[in-house]
Amino acid sequence: MAEPVLAIRDLRKSFGALKATDGVSIDLYPGEIHALIGPNGAGKSTLIHQICGTLRQDSGQIRLAGQEIGHRTVAERARLGLGRTFQISSLAGEFSALRNVMLAVQAGQGSSFRFFKPVMRDRALTEAAMERLERVGLAARAHVPASELSHGEKRQLEIAIALALDVKAFLLDEPMAGMGPEGSKVLTGFLDRLRQEAPILLVEHDMDAVFALADRISVLVYGRVIATGTVDEIRNDPAVRTAYLGDHA
Amino acid sequence: MKRENAINLVLLLALLATPFIAQAMGETFTVTLVTRIAILALAAVGLNIALGLGGLVSFGHAAFFGTGGYAAGILASHAMSGEPMLFGFEGSNQMPVVWLAAAIAAGIVSLAIGAISLRTSGVYFIMITLAFAQMVYYFAISWPAYGGEDGLSIVLRNAFPGVNTMRPMEFFLVCFGVLLAALIFSALLRSSRFGAALQAVRQNEVRVASIGISPMPIRLTAFVLSAMITAVAGALYADLNRFVSPSMLSWHMSGELIVLIILGGTGRLMGPVAGAALFVVLEFWLGGITERWQFFLGLILLVTVLFARGGVIGLLAGKERHG
Repeated sequence: MAEPVLAIRDLRKSFGALKATDGVSIDLYPGEIHALIGPNGAGKSTLIHQICGTLRQDSGQIRLAGQEIGHRTVAERARLGLGRTFQISSLAGEFSALRNVMLAVQAGQGSSFRFFKPVMRDRALTEAAMERLERVGLAARAHVPASELSHGEKRQLEIAIALALDVKAFLLDEPMAGMGPEGSKVLTGFLDRLRQEAPILLVEHDMDAVFALADRISVLVYGRVIATGTVDEIRNDPAVRTAYLGDHA
Repeated sequence: MKRENAINLVLLLALLATPFIAQAMGETFTVTLVTRIAILALAAVGLNIALGLGGLVSFGHAAFFGTGGYAAGILASHAMSGEPMLFGFEGSNQMPVVWLAAAIAAGIVSLAIGAISLRTSGVYFIMITLAFAQMVYYFAISWPAYGGEDGLSIVLRNAFPGVNTMRPMEFFLVCFGVLLAALIFSALLRSSRFGAALQAVRQNEVRVASIGISPMPIRLTAFVLSAMITAVAGALYADLNRFVSPSMLSWHMSGELIVLIILGGTGRLMGPVAGAALFVVLEFWLGGITERWQFFLGLILLVTVLFARGGVIGLLAGKERHG
């Protein structure tokens, strides 16, 4: 098998007596969508926070494209190619969709200390941003403030931002949350194409989407991965059925 | 032309024209009043970079305003007496030198204050900037070499090449020129890459970090630039009054600058100018009617915060749109 793009090894994090992350190891291989599921309180958020750097693990390693990133800042991890999209918040709600993506292009170029040239006349920024918006089908709404976009459009914007960042691995935190059935279907189709850009670690509650998209699934319960496998393996795993799927399967 | 640009232009032209009209009518005092508007506006243009664009509610900008004032006063007093100061430098009465000294001094002070204060946010940031400014204030009071509590007089206004700065009109034009330069700088800054990053950090710090832009260096740079502009205003203010005292460093001054910005329109390019004009006119006009003019200023501030968040500029030009 190829080298994993994102490799998490024996990650541990405790809050007092609570072991929120208890020896988690997960691999994300090129081209795959790896879903992370688990009941509420299983430690999914804590895990995501450690991967993207807002929480520091007690022990264990996180490697991105072979490079240890476990002790780097959020911004450094992002510059190395970790793309995170968010559940709720927009990047900059007051800015138009276009300017949000432009900011991401700017961040990717690593050049925020330029004080005089107006960004709107910077073709390197506007054109690259517009191209990303076209790819996610949001070009027509380029000049609408991000805070005024619909729920689904905000999600599309998030993806456009991730595309602008030259991402090596995506971390998608419940992209389907709050979307209608139609929106979920469109996004499911889109994520299927997105995996060709970079592999996706997907945290998602929508089981239909997970079963439709995921190449592999890891099930997290009380901070431990109790099973990792293909969709069929997970569906038929007795431990998973009792712990989590219950009435679903 | 966009409506806001038109309003900005009208405001600037009015500010420029008023002293000429006043001069023609023999109202020299009005020229001084408008000069005060221009200088306070300049100080607020500086603060607006931190507060308006960066969302950094600095309650300590008087420290930088006063640093600029003392830079002007100290350099002028040495130039007058001929006594050498640091490194045998004999002071200067040339405005460009004074401004540079003011900006550098405030730059160093703000770098130190910012590096510590910017580790906090919200109420803590407000309090820690206030605390630092009070430290500078008490330092100035207890430093007898430059007047201590009594302050320091500037016998002759510092000079500007080719200009007689003792003439109110010519001094006003110098101040207006500096204000204009600062506004142009501020306009360029807000539409630049740095400005985009700074405004995004205000809107969502965590998200900005997650796309690979570290918030701290962006904020610190904005804080220092902001302080340097406010310091140049402080130098001009000292020249205007031909006097600098610790009151320039007091927290009242910091509060006044914040009030100016809120009245004019937080984060708007010309908010500081509109705010300073409103503030000085109210101070003069209401101050002539009643000694308790600050009560009415308080009322106006209250109404602004409750019903007109965008201040004067927000009322006239509507909500700000970003590309």
